Amino acid sequence: MSTHRILRHRDIPNIASLDVYRAEGGFEAFHKAVAGMQPADVLNEVKASGLRGRGGAGFPAGLKWSFIPNNLWPHYVVANADESEPGTFKDREIMESNPFQFLEGLMLASYAVQAHDAYIYLRGEFWQIARSLDGKIAELEAAGLLGEKIFGTEYSLRLHTHLGAGAYICGEETALLESIEGNRGQPRLRPPFPAVYGLFGKPTVINNVETLANVPGIIANGAAWFREMGTEKSPGVKVFSLSGCVNKPGNYELPLGTTFRELIFNHGGGIPEGRSIKAIMPAGASSSLITADDRALDTPMDYESVAALGSALGSASVIVLDDSVNVAWMVSKTVEFFKHESCGKCTPCREGTYWMSHIADRIVKGDSRKEDIDLLNYVARQMQGKCLCALGEFSTMAVVTGIEQFREDFEKLQRS
Amino acid sequence: MNQLLQKYPQEIQAILAKYPADRKRSAVMPLLYLAQKEPGYITKQALQEISEILEMPITDIDSIVGFYSLYHEQPGGRYHVQVCTDLPCALRGADEFLKQLCENIGIKVGETTPDGMVTIEEVKCLAGCHHAPMFQVQGDGDISYHEDQTVDSAVKLIQELRNRKEAA
Repeated sequence: MSTHRILRHRDIPNIASLDVYRAEGGFEAFHKAVAGMQPADVLNEVKASGLRGRGGAGFPAGLKWSFIPNNLWPHYVVANADESEPGTFKDREIMESNPFQFLEGLMLASYAVQAHDAYIYLRGEFWQIARSLDGKIAELEAAGLLGEKIFGTEYSLRLHTHLGAGAYICGEETALLESIEGNRGQPRLRPPFPAVYGLFGKPTVINNVETLANVPGIIANGAAWFREMGTEKSPGVKVFSLSGCVNKPGNYELPLGTTFRELIFNHGGGIPEGRSIKAIMPAGASSSLITADDRALDTPMDYESVAALGSALGSASVIVLDDSVNVAWMVSKTVEFFKHESCGKCTPCREGTYWMSHIADRIVKGDSRKEDIDLLNYVARQMQGKCLCALGEFSTMAVVTGIEQFREDFEKLQRS
Repeated sequence: MNQLLQKYPQEIQAILAKYPADRKRSAVMPLLYLAQKEPGYITKQALQEISEILEMPITDIDSIVGFYSLYHEQPGGRYHVQVCTDLPCALRGADEFLKQLCENIGIKVGETTPDGMVTIEEVKCLAGCHHAPMFQVQGDGDISYHEDQTVDSAVKLIQELRNRKEAA
């Protein structure tokens, strides 16, 4: 039974081979576009689908593409395959097991904005995936799907992989561009935005792997087909990465708008050893914490509904905390992560993450002063709204919401 | 004589061809991986040679080596066993796993086995949260993932790595 739209390898064995992918209709969308559609038609179809960026920000993909100006050339498309948010492991599965669907999406995006070179920026740890994609790209060149005069048209396209080397910040799109340009991966001040001043100073579209993997279906079947799943404002399916205190962690492709309860209990098999669920982090380490009461569990996971809970869906990397987890310990883990990954460019983030980690650490070690909980909260709030990019802002989320919702967990660890 | 260029002429050409001709500097990361492949770290000589190939200041290259965690500035073990202890892995016992692994091997985090073969390190999220405890092994110019590990399976793998005396 063929039910998945993105994780199609779970229904179709060997879809990672080009022959099987083509036999299942692969590259028909790319052929349809290049041989028979204007670039603007491709763009408009994606716009009409309402596809939103799957990397975390949820920005409408078609709208993003439409910002590319037609008086500045050349254009570039970059696939963001830096997947580094703690709790996120979906792009990896797509690239490992259904790579051609992602590549076809990247090729369609490139055609839509008339880019002739596109880059795939993979985190350095995805070394073997990069080697595998290099092989797939060579196969596509040999099959005439990439290269010069594709399908006998004037359109040409080359794809290139570029490996990072272990830096979470390179998932931030302007840091990613700096990294490809041979610099330290530190974010740029915006504006100008990458749509105007992107890779090598040229107009650039940057999309997440999962976002791109949605595009072939939209072009092949139309925007209305895409909208059959999901909600009005958050259409389509999403790959939810479920981790932490659950019986069956893993990736689950479900319509946007599926409730937390269904993901965690129906698909994830519930909480181990009969413990109860305490809190949910819907967007990995960057999450504002959600206390897992009935209202939260019955909330549909779409961008608007999760925002209404005071959190964000982000990349939908759902980390579950059960009642055995101390929230202060969780906070010490996330701020330690952000301290390590802060790029050092802006002072609030560089110093703030250092001090938050320092204070959280001494709370967890039972070595804190009475005022440390408030001090930790104060440092976090001082950072908010003052950092150059989202990393600094994200580092404060678990701190502020953790203290707000579970202050007793912090107090418990303090010396009496 | 530029040994890097001499040793990997085709690889370097292929890397440079990925980027616009006036943007050679983009090749610095792949060239650093190439330079690290055999010695396991970035030598001073490699910095000099990459600087010549890319016409890029040595200090810029050095700052990139320092910025990214997969480039090593000092010699370490031939294999870096890098265990993720970030939140999702820690919720599935990664801290305890790392502690027991170190006790079994008889070294601390950051140290190298006396035969110079294996360094154990603690790293940030590797996108393998659903298969924790997990780690990657970096060495011989490759990175491989090892997931759903137990202390026993990890000790066994490290023993295998330590027995690989001959060059890969």
